[in-house]
Amino acid sequence: MLEMFHLKKDIPFMSYGRLTTTISLATFLLAVFFLFYKGLNLSIEFTGGTVLEVRYSQAADPNQVRQSVEALNLSGKHQEIQVQLLGSPRDVMIRLPNVSNITSAKLSETVMAELRKTDAKVESRKVEFVGPSVGEELVTHGLTALALVCVGIIIYLGIRFEWRFAVSAIIANLHDVVIILGVFAFFQWEFSLTVLAAVLAVLGYSVNESVVVFDRIRENFRKAGMRGKGINEVIDNAITATMSRTVITHGSTEVMVLAMLLFGGPALHGFAMALTIGIVFGIYSSVLVASPLLLLFGLTRESMVKPVRVKEEAVV
Amino acid sequence: MNRYPLWKNLIILIALVAGLIYALPNRYGETPAVQVSGTRSSVKVDTAVMDRIEKLLQAAKIQPEGAFLENNSLKVKFAGTEAQLKAKTAIQEALGDDYVVALNLLPNTPGWLAQLHAKPMALGLDLRGGVHFLMQVDMRAAVDKAYERVAGDVRRELKDKKIRAGSIKRLATGVEIQLRDEATLAESRKAIERSLPTVQIAQQSGEGGYRLLLTLTDEEQRRIQSDAVKQNIATLHNRVNELGTTEPVIQQQGADRIVVQLPGVQDTARAKDIIGRTATLEVRMVEEDAAKLSEALAGKVPAGYELLEELDPRGNRPILLKTDVELTGENINDAQAGFDDQNQPAVHIGLDSAGANIFRQLTAENIGKRMAMVLVEKGKGQVVTAPVIRGEIGGGRVQITGSMSTADANDTALLLRAGSLAAPMEVVEERTIGPSLGKENIEKGFNSMFYGFGAVVLFMVIYYRMFGVTASLALGANLVFLIALLSVLSTTLTLPGIAAIALTLGMAIDSNVLINERIREEVRAGVPPQTAIKAGYEHAWATILDSNITTLIAGVALLIFGSGAVRGFAVVHCLGIITSMFSAVVVSRALVNLIYGYRRKVTSLAV
Repeated sequence: MLEMFHLKKDIPFMSYGRLTTTISLATFLLAVFFLFYKGLNLSIEFTGGTVLEVRYSQAADPNQVRQSVEALNLSGKHQEIQVQLLGSPRDVMIRLPNVSNITSAKLSETVMAELRKTDAKVESRKVEFVGPSVGEELVTHGLTALALVCVGIIIYLGIRFEWRFAVSAIIANLHDVVIILGVFAFFQWEFSLTVLAAVLAVLGYSVNESVVVFDRIRENFRKAGMRGKGINEVIDNAITATMSRTVITHGSTEVMVLAMLLFGGPALHGFAMALTIGIVFGIYSSVLVASPLLLLFGLTRESMVKPVRVKEEAVV
Repeated sequence: MNRYPLWKNLIILIALVAGLIYALPNRYGETPAVQVSGTRSSVKVDTAVMDRIEKLLQAAKIQPEGAFLENNSLKVKFAGTEAQLKAKTAIQEALGDDYVVALNLLPNTPGWLAQLHAKPMALGLDLRGGVHFLMQVDMRAAVDKAYERVAGDVRRELKDKKIRAGSIKRLATGVEIQLRDEATLAESRKAIERSLPTVQIAQQSGEGGYRLLLTLTDEEQRRIQSDAVKQNIATLHNRVNELGTTEPVIQQQGADRIVVQLPGVQDTARAKDIIGRTATLEVRMVEEDAAKLSEALAGKVPAGYELLEELDPRGNRPILLKTDVELTGENINDAQAGFDDQNQPAVHIGLDSAGANIFRQLTAENIGKRMAMVLVEKGKGQVVTAPVIRGEIGGGRVQITGSMSTADANDTALLLRAGSLAAPMEVVEERTIGPSLGKENIEKGFNSMFYGFGAVVLFMVIYYRMFGVTASLALGANLVFLIALLSVLSTTLTLPGIAAIALTLGMAIDSNVLINERIREEVRAGVPPQTAIKAGYEHAWATILDSNITTLIAGVALLIFGSGAVRGFAVVHCLGIITSMFSAVVVSRALVNLIYGYRRKVTSLAV
């Protein structure tokens, strides 16, 4: 039998509780700091604007492209023009702000005409225009979805387990979400609608991880062999027992996601990146954040295994 | 103990076979084709047209791969895009303006699959190229227009009943009628109540004069707004049909938005032009009073008038119009481009019976005066022509001539024929994806999925041996089920959808890992093999259910609140979670049962 984790003894995860909580808190605060200090580099889906993806017949110089677009003098909003290469030196992405007095169709045609002056064979591969009103709605919808996911999960876990489990799981996983956002803010990677989808999928996915550990904790409480053990030992045993599954499962999901990151091209890049970070932190937070939180909220054996109530019978 | 009853095995077998059949059409690619249909429903596309086209192609030495008639349109398949393009030009030239000739891609689904209603997944715009628009309907303008109509109706009604009214004013939220005295007030109120039952009437009489204030109820306003969106959708359908696009998507999104998707459209500029245009026709009276015109030119436009430009090749002229709209494009039945007596390009318009009546009355009452045909686009009106009314015009035939080229006449006729928009629309989102980018997206998306899939399978087989093989087969079955389900539900596959398939496969293996780890634990604890299998599956089930339901909660939230890319992801993600539970638990168990359940003696498990 090929085994990666065959541990004779349980790893005392809970005794590292203080350390892991400190680490989490530090990364969390750092993420929040970058989120506020640098902010997310929101895609035009949120901010409104126009994006063009063009393919040159030979390697293009982004600086020169930028200069020719700036030369068009679009309402003097120079600093909002972004030009970057997309995967290959021939593919260029040009991002333009909303220009009030011309339509998007006109705008993309004007830019293309300008670009054709330097390379007659330049090909427009994608044009995307989003008006300013749509963005706000996406933000509110995104936040509503986030809230709905949290409420849904709390209710479900509250029913299946207990409120302490539900709240610990949500805190642990929101911590993942904030860290992903923090990383995107730090590197100023573009935060698009697909990245948002990935972030929300991570939320569901890492709760799933916490649930597996919680299931084990509940089972352990009921096991005869665990009766004499303290809470810490019960949790340590649950984490150790699910360890190998945790690594394998996340490993396979990560392999899928990495395949997307490496071979999926620029269109899937942000999505795969958010998931890659999310999955790594998902493991960490379910094991080392959610479980210490359970202790912090005062989980006891009695909160899981209901004491048998002595029936009160009255003689009539 | 590890045997499924026959019925259970049969169900799994049937599910697998059905899954394979309905996933199969996706294996066959698409063939370039040319689609021919009539511009109007009266133009029939039948075997005669088919015969004509076949002869035509023979003469042009283009070999078609096949042709068939369906729903009053003819589809001709070709071997390559080059032949397709050549054929399109040839057919278009030969058939003329009565037919719409469009490029199309037809799935190569074999006949026996097509008979089972098996069809490939529809590809989203990001995968096949095309144009996507999101339009916002101006709801306030829809209500404004309704008040405009109310004002017109009241004016006509009072005139009919010979009630002398003062000014009829359009307010921001209502129509105000000023009247002379109590008697006319009561009389006109009665007349309005009878002819316009949907308006609310408030009256005011006394010191400040006699007034009636007409407003529309909230319910009526909501109805007008939802009708406006519906009418705009219908109009867009007509316009898109005129463009000759195949399989367009035109849907309402939310209360006031419309999504238009035109897959495979190459000439995006023209598509944008026709769809984005919001032309409506208005007939209004011209004010000839020179004093008023010069006042308006000085920048002080008198109340109740509007200064517009009259189109003229020698330079546009300013023209003063009354703001009252006598007739709108809503009363237009048909519009055709043509020529007038002097061989000038013209648009011939046919009005419906209500429109014809209004027009006859209007012309009868205003002989000798000038009437303006105003084409309103994006809230800006331009006078196309302003002829003098020579006599009463009945029969509802109207002709617009003026300064226009043949192309202008064609475009104007198209816009008027396709119907007017009930309310102006604004493009709030627009996406154009070139066909080459779409192809690349499919390739990259699916390649990355297969690489990931291969790596996971390789690991599972090495690590869990026989149970890894069953888990991998179950994962393969999951992919088949998912693709079959997506094809049957005719979901549109987008790039985020492909990402969701990959992610779902990566997550689906979780259930099998949980099961296999449980079985190992049981084996380690010294439980006999058959019991270990049973206990492993049973113990893992609760965990699998919990974890999948939490993931599903997130998926459903995305489905409800997502739009566009997020929705495409969420649909596939949710369906994938459901199919993965079935395949990971039931299908893999059936395989394990077939392998171990029928052996007399199992000493060890290859787990």
